[in-house]
Amino acid sequence: MRWLSDPLLIVEGLTMRFGGLVAVRDLSFSVGRGDITALIGPNGAGKTTVFNCITGFYKPTSGLIALSTDNAVDADAVAALTASSRRYLRREDAPDAGGLFLLERMPDFEIAQKAHVARTFQNIRLFPGMTVLENLIVAQHNPLMRASGWSLLGLVGAASYREAERAAVERATSWLDRIGLIPRADDAAGALPYGDQRRLEIARAMCTKPVLLCLDEPAAGLNPRETAALNGLLRSIRDEHSTSILLIEHDMSVVMEISDHVIVIEYGLKISDGTPESVSNDPKVIAAYLGVEDDEVVKAEAEVGL
Amino acid sequence: MSAGGQGSMMSELPPPAVSTREAARDAARWALVAFGLCFPIILLRTDQDLSNRIVLNMRPWLTLGLVLAVFVGRFLWLLTAHVQRPKPFTFPRLDLATHGARWFPWVGLAALFLFPFLSLALAGPSGAIKWVDNFGVQILIYVMLAWGLNIVVGLAGLLDLGYVAFYAVGAYTYAIIAAYVIPATVPVLGPWAFWICLPIAGLLAALWGIILGFPVLRLRGDYLAIVTLAFGEIIRLVLINWVALTNGSFGIQTPRITFFGLPFTSPSGGTTFSSLFGLPGNPTVHRSIFLYYTILALALLVAFVTQRMRRLPVGRAWEALREDEIACRSLGLNTVNTKLTAFAMGALFGGLAGAFFGARQGFVNPKSFEFLESATILAIVVLGGMGSLVGVAVAAVVVIGGIELLRELDWMKAIFGEDFDPGQYRMLIFGLAMVVVMIWRPRGLIASRHPSIVLNEGKSIAGAHVKEGHG
Repeated sequence: MRWLSDPLLIVEGLTMRFGGLVAVRDLSFSVGRGDITALIGPNGAGKTTVFNCITGFYKPTSGLIALSTDNAVDADAVAALTASSRRYLRREDAPDAGGLFLLERMPDFEIAQKAHVARTFQNIRLFPGMTVLENLIVAQHNPLMRASGWSLLGLVGAASYREAERAAVERATSWLDRIGLIPRADDAAGALPYGDQRRLEIARAMCTKPVLLCLDEPAAGLNPRETAALNGLLRSIRDEHSTSILLIEHDMSVVMEISDHVIVIEYGLKISDGTPESVSNDPKVIAAYLGVEDDEVVKAEAEVGL
Repeated sequence: MSAGGQGSMMSELPPPAVSTREAARDAARWALVAFGLCFPIILLRTDQDLSNRIVLNMRPWLTLGLVLAVFVGRFLWLLTAHVQRPKPFTFPRLDLATHGARWFPWVGLAALFLFPFLSLALAGPSGAIKWVDNFGVQILIYVMLAWGLNIVVGLAGLLDLGYVAFYAVGAYTYAIIAAYVIPATVPVLGPWAFWICLPIAGLLAALWGIILGFPVLRLRGDYLAIVTLAFGEIIRLVLINWVALTNGSFGIQTPRITFFGLPFTSPSGGTTFSSLFGLPGNPTVHRSIFLYYTILALALLVAFVTQRMRRLPVGRAWEALREDEIACRSLGLNTVNTKLTAFAMGALFGGLAGAFFGARQGFVNPKSFEFLESATILAIVVLGGMGSLVGVAVAAVVVIGGIELLRELDWMKAIFGEDFDPGQYRMLIFGLAMVVVMIWRPRGLIASRHPSIVLNEGKSIAGAHVKEGHG
């Protein structure tokens, strides 16, 4: 129950409206530090919309999304920061320092750059014409940009920049090693097979040193062997790096096997929230996924007075 | 006639898809339509007679001939079109990126350094002015402009149709400062005008690049292209109409370039470049050669900076932006800054080229900065293969050298008679050549991309994977 005792991210009263369509309605949940949290629900339930709100690609119509990198999200601190006009509050000791971030106020690139929330996409978004290695170097853009003195030091070929680039290549290589793509490091990312592209996209997101990694259907289109390898990769990310994972997934073998916490939404509303076991036994979840008998609908309607 | 069955059809021909009878019937229908069209246009012809009256002349034989030609052509086409012939001619699969990629830039560079002296030796002083100035300097200006635009279009994938605006900003910065400001304030610096104005022109153009960049940040593709086009026109119209500053369409006389303060010609008989160094020969040739090496140095500076930047985070961010903007933002890249730096760098180089243009011509006016210039520079970048420096340089030689060579079409008069003006067909031939080259190499002369960093072994990336950007 780390999502209650030590939440990394809290979402409160999140509503996203597209014209007349309410895609997400008053949704609240929290993500525990060091957990793998799965967001599941039938097609069109609003899962990707929630993702886009968290990562800043949509501005939510209303609601609060707070991320605290160092300690559990503290309600008083969030209230104080919300009352101010600031978007975030960071420690000052390092350029990458943690702090408290109000994600609903921040633009998308700043969420990745400052709050260290990384994401992948349902339809893979690599840089297809750049090599596998280049993809992982671009992901380390911000520290490298600082090291290159906003290009001035880099233009004159300063040693400090060359050192930083070497470190970036080392980090990229270690990730390539983990996903088994070292032999293909100099091939165009667009030339990789589908399963490799999925893993490369996760490695690229990890190269930004995220505290929260958001994966939109990472197992889509993978065969059972690749899915098992993905499960291993995600577990190792959780255990070996201080990275929590929030994922959208339809493949129940992934969800039930690796998640610590499952949130179920349907028609933009949360219908269940808890451990994988409790969620899979929840009658509302079963009804949402499998449908219900006609007489049960009549009974339910009678209960609410229709 | 299946599209997939190429190659296997040559030995045995399948029967025609239509019978002779059907073909004849269809050809007759075509002939009827042709007659209907020919009747008012070909058969009936009006001429003026000597007393200026309009008379009707009939041309039955011409009409009959055309209708028959349509009939026979259609008939034969129907009976033979299904036959797949071997391709009569295949374009060679020349690829600069793989064939001779190692030596080409170096050989090219050596040739560039030797070019003025070669043309002096081969063509004599008067020929050398033509070859060095009309060809060498002219082509190198466009190489530099195209390399500058290559940053915006080829690397960052932002379609800019108004690039000539920055060229104009550079040229007018030089013209105004060198012709008005310096003589009025510190005339001692007069001979140094070009070298003082060069950085100012570059920086001002970069500033205008950022000013253009801001409003177009949210635009993509066609919309971006149209706004940049409008920007180019606005700059040109301001230059025409702000007469107090720019002297309108009459333009501004600018001082000529000097050899670091030393003039090439001196009407008052002062020290000149040739008198100081005791050089024989025509001072105009000296100036042409100096102009040539100046623009060569500027162009090589652009190439050096571009190559360096491609290996820096900012250059990789440009290319990543071209590949996928959404992915860039998900990785924390500030796409606003990335686009603005691309616009600013491209404009900076355009401004430097503009200042050089002003110093070379001795005269600037808005006519030099029309949309056709932007279109030509963009055509060079596209033809060269977006993003490739060598490809763009080769394309500039082909396009600008070709346009210049087409000035020498007087031999066509021998064929078409003295009334024929070959100059009018210059752009037609040029356009056709562009179409042919783009059919031959749809992604430009060098379609592949070189990775900016290599782990095991460097391979060039096939053009098919590389995105063209969408603004």
